Amino acid sequence: MSGSMAFLLWIKGPMFNIALAIFAIGLFARFAEIFLLGRKPNYAEPRAGEWLPGFKTMFTRSIADPGTFQRASFNVVVGWVWHLGFLIALLLFVPHVELMKGLFGIVWPALPNPVVDLITAITLIALVATLVHRLTHPVKQRISTFDDYLVWTVVFLVVLTGYLAYHRLVNPYPIALGMHILMAEIFLIILPFTKLTHIFTAFIARWYNGAAFGRKGVAS
Amino acid sequence: MSELTLERGLAAFRAEIDAPIAAFFSSCVHCGICAQSCPFYLETGDPKYTPILKLEPLRLVWEGEFTLWGRIKRTLGLQQKVTDEMLAEWEELLYDSCSMCGRCSLVCPVGNDLAYMIRKSREGMVQAGHAPEGLIAASVRAIQTGSPMGLQWKTLAVQIKHVEDSTSLTVPVDKTGVDYLVLLSSMEIINFPEYLEAITKIFDHAGVTWTLSTQCFEATNAGIQIGNKDIAAQLVERVVAAAEKLKVPNVISPECGHAYTAIRWEGPNLIGRPYPFRVFHIIEVLDTLRASGRLQTEGMESDRLSLHDPCNLARKSGVIQQQRNLMALVADNFVDLKEHGKFQWCCGAGGGVSSNERAEPLKLAAFKRKKAQIEEVAPERMVTMCATCRTQLEEGMEEFNMNIPVVGLTEMIADHLVEKEARS
Amino acid sequence: MIDRKTPNKTLGESLRDHGLSRRGFLKFCAATASMMALPPGMVPVIAAALEQARRPSVIWLSFQECTGCTESLTRSHAPALEDLILNLISLDYHHTLQAAAGDAAEDARLQAMEANTGQYLVIVDGSIPGPDSNPGFSTVAGRSNYEILMETVEHAAAVIAVGTCAAFGGLPQASPNPTGAMSVMDLVKDKPVINVSGCPPIPMVITGVLAHYLTFGRLPELDAYHRPLAFYGQSIHDRCYRRPFYDKGKFAETFDDEGAKLGWCLYRLGCKGPSTYNACATMRWNGGVSWPIESGHPCLGCSEPSFWDAGSFYQPLSVPLTATSGDLLTAAVGGAVVGAGVATLANKQIKTAVANRQPVTVEELEEKL
Repeated sequence: MSGSMAFLLWIKGPMFNIALAIFAIGLFARFAEIFLLGRKPNYAEPRAGEWLPGFKTMFTRSIADPGTFQRASFNVVVGWVWHLGFLIALLLFVPHVELMKGLFGIVWPALPNPVVDLITAITLIALVATLVHRLTHPVKQRISTFDDYLVWTVVFLVVLTGYLAYHRLVNPYPIALGMHILMAEIFLIILPFTKLTHIFTAFIARWYNGAAFGRKGVAS
Repeated sequence: MSELTLERGLAAFRAEIDAPIAAFFSSCVHCGICAQSCPFYLETGDPKYTPILKLEPLRLVWEGEFTLWGRIKRTLGLQQKVTDEMLAEWEELLYDSCSMCGRCSLVCPVGNDLAYMIRKSREGMVQAGHAPEGLIAASVRAIQTGSPMGLQWKTLAVQIKHVEDSTSLTVPVDKTGVDYLVLLSSMEIINFPEYLEAITKIFDHAGVTWTLSTQCFEATNAGIQIGNKDIAAQLVERVVAAAEKLKVPNVISPECGHAYTAIRWEGPNLIGRPYPFRVFHIIEVLDTLRASGRLQTEGMESDRLSLHDPCNLARKSGVIQQQRNLMALVADNFVDLKEHGKFQWCCGAGGGVSSNERAEPLKLAAFKRKKAQIEEVAPERMVTMCATCRTQLEEGMEEFNMNIPVVGLTEMIADHLVEKEARS
Repeated sequence: MIDRKTPNKTLGESLRDHGLSRRGFLKFCAATASMMALPPGMVPVIAAALEQARRPSVIWLSFQECTGCTESLTRSHAPALEDLILNLISLDYHHTLQAAAGDAAEDARLQAMEANTGQYLVIVDGSIPGPDSNPGFSTVAGRSNYEILMETVEHAAAVIAVGTCAAFGGLPQASPNPTGAMSVMDLVKDKPVINVSGCPPIPMVITGVLAHYLTFGRLPELDAYHRPLAFYGQSIHDRCYRRPFYDKGKFAETFDDEGAKLGWCLYRLGCKGPSTYNACATMRWNGGVSWPIESGHPCLGCSEPSFWDAGSFYQPLSVPLTATSGDLLTAAVGGAVVGAGVATLANKQIKTAVANRQPVTVEELEEKL
């Protein structure tokens, strides 16, 4: 039996398992690659411990310092908007909450659909803005690689297909839903091998950063 | 005879990679915010000076050899290789346009410690033979003569004589069992001899026992600036040997930024063991004396003063409040620059840039950031506590015809000491 | 009897013979038009067409099925089954309904095929064990379903697959599909196939399709699954009276919570309405009395292919079919092992690099000056 429903069932079934496996294998491979390298012992007399400043920086680095905010306001604001929007849509949309419940058995409250809808629309606009910025800002132009545009495309398509599926703008619906889940699966598959790893490793990086500054007595 | 080669460079890159670096490169999203914290990019507008881009050689080694995907790409022949040409091109980026001020490390949204990685990259650059001539020459001089400027004890002995003549105090030399071993920097000895006079007065005033060492007076470390642990370790060992010989519990790093981070944070790791003594910057010592009431001052500076925090001292070592406490002691018209403390801007001369003649235009360009900051608060004088910063501020402001003198904080404190006779 | 096999009378004549008034006939035409979402202006057209139409011969084949589809059809309300059989079509063969048995029954099929070759309609309910399956899995008069189907459709004008089993394989085809069940569409490639899916399909849809065929002399417009768009063009979700609750984000979370009592959306209880295309929400069941969602149960998605294999009826549509957190954990452990391998290789390289490290000497540096 071929057709839209078969597509959806394949995407929700075997393909989801494949994506999840590649994601988990790749991500944990990366974790192992990071942590097993370890750090050399540090013999310099510390001013403060590492753990607390490290943990603090894991959170505080989300907020730009006033000077950076002033110099890169577009970067900071648009970055915040789309990251938050993406997270809200991912974690607080009813079908996604049900997905987590189905996978992990954990439930949390969701937001009303129209709210998620609005946030998704804003996220899409913000994502387009980041692309324009990447294509036009001299620094971003210079440092951008294929990886950056690939990741942008996948992230954008994940959100866009989700938006289209929610509004049932693609028919039949199993195709719309299947495309959305497929994009999410591609997202999972490329995550451990692209800069998307920062979703997890940024917190490790921030810890090391906070620990290094913290041990020298600087709140970072 | 052995020589510096690409292979040695690559091996050095490899040897420097650790868990933090893997986490950092895994996390970079190419947002470009590091550029907004780099005076070299901001003042030239050239995107090649974006800090994360300076780390590309190290990143390529990490990706190709330390990641699953990189290994797959390498097998398929898709992984870009680090070549000698690439390193030659990157020499300017890693040395001329980076003062290792660490501002990018503090603002990177994903928490990448870029300055840490620049320092590590330089290890590979030296081994590959791609370090700037100015820094190579300084390193050779430091090892061969004990001073990056080729200065010898006899020059310092002349200075000591001057100080003793003008203060009628004795400058202790090679005294064992005193509280502090005082180190100096060649630049101070030549350009700012006031410093030695100032600490002689202050320590006499506060009753601190201290000494200089004929075995090692130089605190600066050209090995740290060029980025080679062999050179750096030899220079640190000299300090440790002198301190151990004189059995001092404390060593004081002078008004010099990198000398302090070198001996305070990198030193023990370079020699692979903890010190049998503690290390302080002179400003830390002065603030401790102040806090315990051992500094009696009189009179206040009434002109508008502002402060330049050396990167190495503030952002990279957490000495921020101490200099402000000391300023409060002697200045009643003090105004901070808008972004100061850990968020201060580099003068543009640190990290070996000032020893690298080729980098002169970039050094001056980067200074424009500091210049703008100074103009914003329009002080009558600037105060700082690093000889390199001080030189850069003086030269820079002269270049731009700004009539703002620069003074060292230690001297300023010394000028306000209550005369011994006046104390009851 | 011969007359029944070759219906020469037009539908109009037949209706009048049965004493149906002109008024009653137009009423029937209006019902048909509204059912197929045709504009009211089409009523006279339908009336004129039906007046002149000849009752087609219909052969009804039942294979691997439960007779639920026939049960559904016999509960059809408008047009009523009596009208359908007696007036609309000439139902020449139907296991459950025909009086004849044994050879007589099979003869009736063969006669109808011969008399109306190229013009008769075949209705199939139930799936068929495929040509590669054991022919004994399902037989009629000692012959395999496959054989009978292929023989019967050879000279048919069109085939109507009634019910999800005939249309998509249905329950017999559900994993592990022990009989190798196939749908009509899988087997019949050279005739028009129209699928009237559902388990069972809405009875009015079956009659509606026949009425359309009679009125226009051709099959209605179909979707990608060969289903008549007039009935399967919109999803349950799009026409659901509980949709406003979905849009507002108000969901029943258990079958007896406050949300369930207030009639909120059943998405979180596993409703497949968003991905199910059928007319339940508009036509309802049992003469318009109610339909599953109205009675408080999520849509099972019975009119869609593979609906038995599409995960639990009570798992929301967004939940993956088979992946579990255990699989994720296994993969994570596997990944950690792979990563440990890469890291070990890397660490070895670091060790070698450190062990073979040549210290930089002043002489080497001077070489560069």
